[in-house]
Amino acid sequence: MAALVYLIPAALLLGGFGLVCFLWALRTRQFEDLDGAAWRALHDDHDDRLKDDRD
Amino acid sequence: MTLHAQIDDPGLDAGCCTFGSLAAPAARSAAAGADPRAYAVVGADGIARLDAVVETLDCPSCVPSIEGTLARLDGVIGARVNAGQRRIHLEWDPERVDVERIVATLGGLGHRIAPYDAARLGGGEVDEVGQGLLRALAVAGFAFANVMLVSVAVWAGLAQDMGPGTRAFLHWVSALIAMPAIVYAGRPFFRSALGALRAGTSNMDVPIAIGVTLATAMSLFETTRNGEHVYFDAALGLLFFLLIGRFLDRSLRGRAFAAAQNLLALRAVSALVIGADGTTEVRAIEAVRPGDRVAVATGETVPVDGRVAAGRSEVDASLVTGESLPQAVAPGDLVHAGTVNLAAPIEVETAAAGSQTLLAEIAAMMDRAGQAKARYVRLADRISQIYAPVIHALALAAFAGWMTLGSADWRASLMIAVAVLIVTCPCALGLAVPAVQVGAVGRLLKRGAYVKSGDALERLARIDTVVFDKTGTLTLGRPRLDGIDGGAANALALAATLARRSTHPLSRAIAAAAGDGAAAEGVHEEPGLGLEALVDGERVRLGRGDWVGGAAPALPHAGTEIWLRRGEAPAVRFRFVDAPRPDAAEVVATLKDRGLRVILLSGDREPVVAALADQLGIGERQGECLPSGKIAVLQRLAAEGRRVAMVGDGLNDAPALAAAFVSLSPSTAADVSQTAADVVFSGDALAPVLECWEVARKADALVRQNVALALGYNLIAVPLAIAGLVTPLIAAVVMSASSLAVTGNALRVQRGR
Repeated sequence: MAALVYLIPAALLLGGFGLVCFLWALRTRQFEDLDGAAWRALHDDHDDRLKDDRD
Repeated sequence: MTLHAQIDDPGLDAGCCTFGSLAAPAARSAAAGADPRAYAVVGADGIARLDAVVETLDCPSCVPSIEGTLARLDGVIGARVNAGQRRIHLEWDPERVDVERIVATLGGLGHRIAPYDAARLGGGEVDEVGQGLLRALAVAGFAFANVMLVSVAVWAGLAQDMGPGTRAFLHWVSALIAMPAIVYAGRPFFRSALGALRAGTSNMDVPIAIGVTLATAMSLFETTRNGEHVYFDAALGLLFFLLIGRFLDRSLRGRAFAAAQNLLALRAVSALVIGADGTTEVRAIEAVRPGDRVAVATGETVPVDGRVAAGRSEVDASLVTGESLPQAVAPGDLVHAGTVNLAAPIEVETAAAGSQTLLAEIAAMMDRAGQAKARYVRLADRISQIYAPVIHALALAAFAGWMTLGSADWRASLMIAVAVLIVTCPCALGLAVPAVQVGAVGRLLKRGAYVKSGDALERLARIDTVVFDKTGTLTLGRPRLDGIDGGAANALALAATLARRSTHPLSRAIAAAAGDGAAAEGVHEEPGLGLEALVDGERVRLGRGDWVGGAAPALPHAGTEIWLRRGEAPAVRFRFVDAPRPDAAEVVATLKDRGLRVILLSGDREPVVAALADQLGIGERQGECLPSGKIAVLQRLAAEGRRVAMVGDGLNDAPALAAAFVSLSPSTAADVSQTAADVVFSGDALAPVLECWEVARKADALVRQNVALALGYNLIAVPLAIAGLVTPLIAAVVMSASSLAVTGNALRVQRGR
């Protein structure tokens, strides 16, 4: 039972990290255009110069 | 429908891919949209930025190629397409590349853009609420999952030999996780409930807010008293499932909002103003004043209301009259903003611009009429108006009953009352309606019909009458060559050589009928009269009967006609009809079979209207109907207690579209009509109208089933709760089971008939 004292906070921490990542992704507007993101991943034109995403 | 059959289905657009339209159907816009130069903004960092609607983006597979090609242009810093909203955000260095080159590059890919003023549209508004809901959902989900983990341990411990010390510890852990989460995730509901209570009414959120607050408070109290049962998981579960439903509903409206804003963007134009010294200047429409002289080139939209100051031309006034045949204009004639200048450049002296134009006034009228629709109370809210008082009374009765008759102390009685509130909380109810509606709208989107909101579906399911407009709605709005009277066999070929040089709808119809071929040289177009050319030394004229000359007395004809005359030979008559949509007769027959009353209202001449009505089997018809006449008919039907679906397209239909119980509009309709309509359908077939109605009815049936399921589960649980048998375990199981059942049932809307 003593193990619970550190296991529960550990579980919360890990879960909390996942939550923070999700909220960050939301804030950087990655969920706004799911259709476009899906198709953008399929594009394989290697001649594109690398551009910074200005979002 | 098998996958094979779906791909072969002619309903899907065969554009750049077989997926058809995943976003809103393409709105018809003017031949040339706004001038990008007026909307590109150079920031303090020297970078030019532009936001635009990509009108031709039907399928997101074009997105990578658009972005990739633009990125390769020297000077372009960024090009980001939002496929869902069909918008593009461009950034470039104005020293190295200009906006015309960017537009030309896009044109080379087959895409057309219409810029808009991002600040004016304020596109972030709906997103904020949706984002807020998603954040609350994430927090509620995280907390729900973790508290549930702890709760399962506690429930197992209750069955076995968990000591009270451990149990208390676990309860405190639950409390610490749950409290901040409930406060954060519950805000949408608390806000809405407070708003309703302050207004003196009640909605779905009032019982939810009460239930969650009471459950949390009691659980906290029990935790401090080392009690046996706490309901943190139930409260969080409630919030989680309800937020899902709320988010689904919001995202449905979000799409429609973006589409409506896109339509607004397509209307925003810039104007080429001619100064007193003859110089021209591109100005945004807001900067044009009455008295300014505006030049309108061939093919451009007229940006202002005013009188023609110079030039003779023809305008496509379908925006105002709904008829696609051009009207001739000469100096002194009135033209309206939104009409398209077809034949020759003209100069217009501005009488009204921007929000003073006829177009803007009608749009404002739409808004006001639309408020009436907003008063339609949704099914979920109507249920909660009865439901909420009942369950509050039950909870109160349980509390009082146990205190007096059951002789329990106030703590235990309150626990039972809280249990009653929790199990009867409309969790599944909050999910029942949006789950079905999102599925139904998604299914209709694949068939080319764009439903703007969930309550449009609810209203569509209730109609008993359908009123159709004629031109552009029951017909395709494009004239087709019907027959040729007189003349030699090569009359069509000769007419086609002239017709191929003109963009007039009747010329295009002749060219289409004749097929490919040569076009004559030196064809001169007389606006409002016809085409003239010299062919083999003879003067050939194609146009109005009186201008062409030598015409035989005209037989009465339900349609349009033009004449061809070669030299001094007798004139040959070309008859046109506006063909009905290929499946119009079928659709009308099916609607009548299913018990709907079908009416045809049109502004066109009586004989034409009667001919089409007979052809399609519509008994009730009325021609020569002004917009006010259409509204009068709708009001009469409404007074009879009928619920009317109006299907129409022209601006003259827009007031009626806003006044009807529910309205549909083809995607070729005027922008304002599309904004006023509840459903916009694309393609040449009329079948989407029928499908929308059938899917709406199926969705309505499923919603009622879901509501019954949700209420049914609750009804089983209420006696258990009153009997004091509902532990947090049972509450959680009941809630989750009913939510899953409701969602599973909602998926049935996606399947076949």
